[in-house]
Amino acid sequence: MTEESKHRPLKGAGRSNRRQFLAGATALGVGATVLGAPRIARAAGDVKVLNWQGYGTDEAWAVDAFHKATGNTVTHDYYNSESEMITKLRTNPGGYDVVLTNCAWNGLARQADLIQPIDTSKVGNWGDLTPAFRDSPLLNDGGKTYGLSWVWGITAIAYNTDVFKPAPDTLAKLWDASLKKRVALRDDAIEAVSFGAIATGQDMNHPADLAKVKAKLMELKPNVALLWSSEDEWNKQFAAKAFDISVYWSGSALRSKTNFKLPVGYYVPQEGGIGWFDGLAIAKGSPNPDGAHAFINYMVDPSFYVEWETKVGAPASANPKAMAALPDTDPSKGLYGDEAAVKRLQFMAPLTDKEKQDYSDLWAEVKTAFAG
Amino acid sequence: MSPRQRQIGAILGLTGPAYAWLALTIFLPLAAMLYCSVLNVSPLIPGPSHFTLQNYLAFFQKSFYLPLTWWSVLMGVWTTLFSFLVGYPAAYALAKRIKGRWREALFLLIVLPFWSNALVRIFSWTMVLRQGGLIDMAVHAVFPDAPAFSLLFTYPAVVVGLVHSYVPYMILTCYVSLQAIDDSLMEAAQSLGAANWTVFRRVVFPLSLPGVVSGSVLIFVPVIGSFMEPRILGGAKGATLGMNIEEQFTVTANWPLGAALSFTLLAIVLLIFAVLYPVLKRRGIWS
Repeated sequence: MTEESKHRPLKGAGRSNRRQFLAGATALGVGATVLGAPRIARAAGDVKVLNWQGYGTDEAWAVDAFHKATGNTVTHDYYNSESEMITKLRTNPGGYDVVLTNCAWNGLARQADLIQPIDTSKVGNWGDLTPAFRDSPLLNDGGKTYGLSWVWGITAIAYNTDVFKPAPDTLAKLWDASLKKRVALRDDAIEAVSFGAIATGQDMNHPADLAKVKAKLMELKPNVALLWSSEDEWNKQFAAKAFDISVYWSGSALRSKTNFKLPVGYYVPQEGGIGWFDGLAIAKGSPNPDGAHAFINYMVDPSFYVEWETKVGAPASANPKAMAALPDTDPSKGLYGDEAAVKRLQFMAPLTDKEKQDYSDLWAEVKTAFAG
Repeated sequence: MSPRQRQIGAILGLTGPAYAWLALTIFLPLAAMLYCSVLNVSPLIPGPSHFTLQNYLAFFQKSFYLPLTWWSVLMGVWTTLFSFLVGYPAAYALAKRIKGRWREALFLLIVLPFWSNALVRIFSWTMVLRQGGLIDMAVHAVFPDAPAFSLLFTYPAVVVGLVHSYVPYMILTCYVSLQAIDDSLMEAAQSLGAANWTVFRRVVFPLSLPGVVSGSVLIFVPVIGSFMEPRILGGAKGATLGMNIEEQFTVTANWPLGAALSFTLLAIVLLIFAVLYPVLKRRGIWS
């Protein structure tokens, strides 16, 4: 570790927010200390992580525990969209060690030559991970692993348990004529197209007949009350009874129920639901690959996951041992343990730029029709 | 130094900081966005890019941009109109009828909402407008059999929220021009036998028009680009061009398209003013 790379994270800070600024200020402080006592600084490594803010890797207790165990100091930079993640990797080669890539973006980062293969022999928990995620072609290529399957989750349907008795179990329910202005969707083109494809019995990622998807989504017009964009907004509107049934994220549904005591029920429709999983990747030119391997191994360790889930709330771990270590009362255990429901999921795959633009235009057209 | 030079020096010294600030904060970002709008790929992505007008053509090629634009312009018209209907009488009362400490107290009440966060104000409207909200409850307290009332997630809800946010601009600009009208003009008209309504129609209102126009401009321009109020109060009914522009920057990361749409909207605004300007100028309202 050289002085140069020690300071690189500061140069890499792009869009700044307060947290980032603080991180930068801390790094400056570290740099100043280094000048005084270079030997101590060189003994320990730095692991620079690029991730969403507040998404597990930057929990203070986890960073402390990892530092105590390995001597590596973990610092963070954040992105607000996947395209920003790609941009940061591109403009800052050698500036990051670990980067979070979801299943739909890992392949794109690999093709752009921004991440490097993982040496799985350095990942002690490797053998325990669920093979379906660990060996997925979305994270592997040519016999090499480019993303360590970390956590996974579901995008399906949440509903108000006070309103629906008995509980609904289909996607078709959203189109039910009795639900005028009671349905909410997320304002997201890819997700909307995915559900439109599932509802019309097509491949979720690359539907052959986009016109059919569009027509099906247009039919939702009388039922759609609002299009939400954040978990916070969802909770506010749900609490205000602005809608009764909605597309929603599994982890958020659990938080709404346990943390905010809202009457939220959750199910994966009979027709299918959207599955996603996140892979921790190692950036190309990582200055500290050993630290990076140690860090991603810690991230799939039951000791980290149990604390994350019970203290903060997390998606499901890709390590079944971590799930098993959860207390039996933990709500995640029941939701993600439902094997039949998990079988119904289709997993998000990479899309081409053309597909993204097409879905975006389709969704803009549908939204315009909703408003008209 | 000649007086002439001193005058120029004074003008430069006094206006210089303001113009430098405007150049730095408005002209430079706008120029950067104009440059961005004619690129084929986002400047965030390193690699070759070339100039293209495709982003401007997209506005005419995609079927949904015209209705979105029309709704945005209509939203600006409705909001401006209702702000005038609500704000002008208030400004008139403040300028001509209420004196002393009452005036200060009422002014405070008008600007008070400005001290709270805009997002909070809009969210509090959802509690008033929704089914089971404040209005619904009040109506049912008086008429228990009345049908359920909910304005939330409709176009009128968006206009209600926007009028609330922008009406102080109308009140303040109208107040300033009404305040400047000499009371002796009104007395002169009255002494010549004009009734109160005629005095207002023939003397006060025409003289206050510059305030109405500047208030309208201050409201119309930001409203047609608004995206936060339509999203929260309009729900699925609140689609505007502003929201689509926001999406190009935050969701699809297609900055060039977002920039091109912004400039198209700017061009539409300028076009509207270009049409109105001769009318206003002829009547001496806009010099």
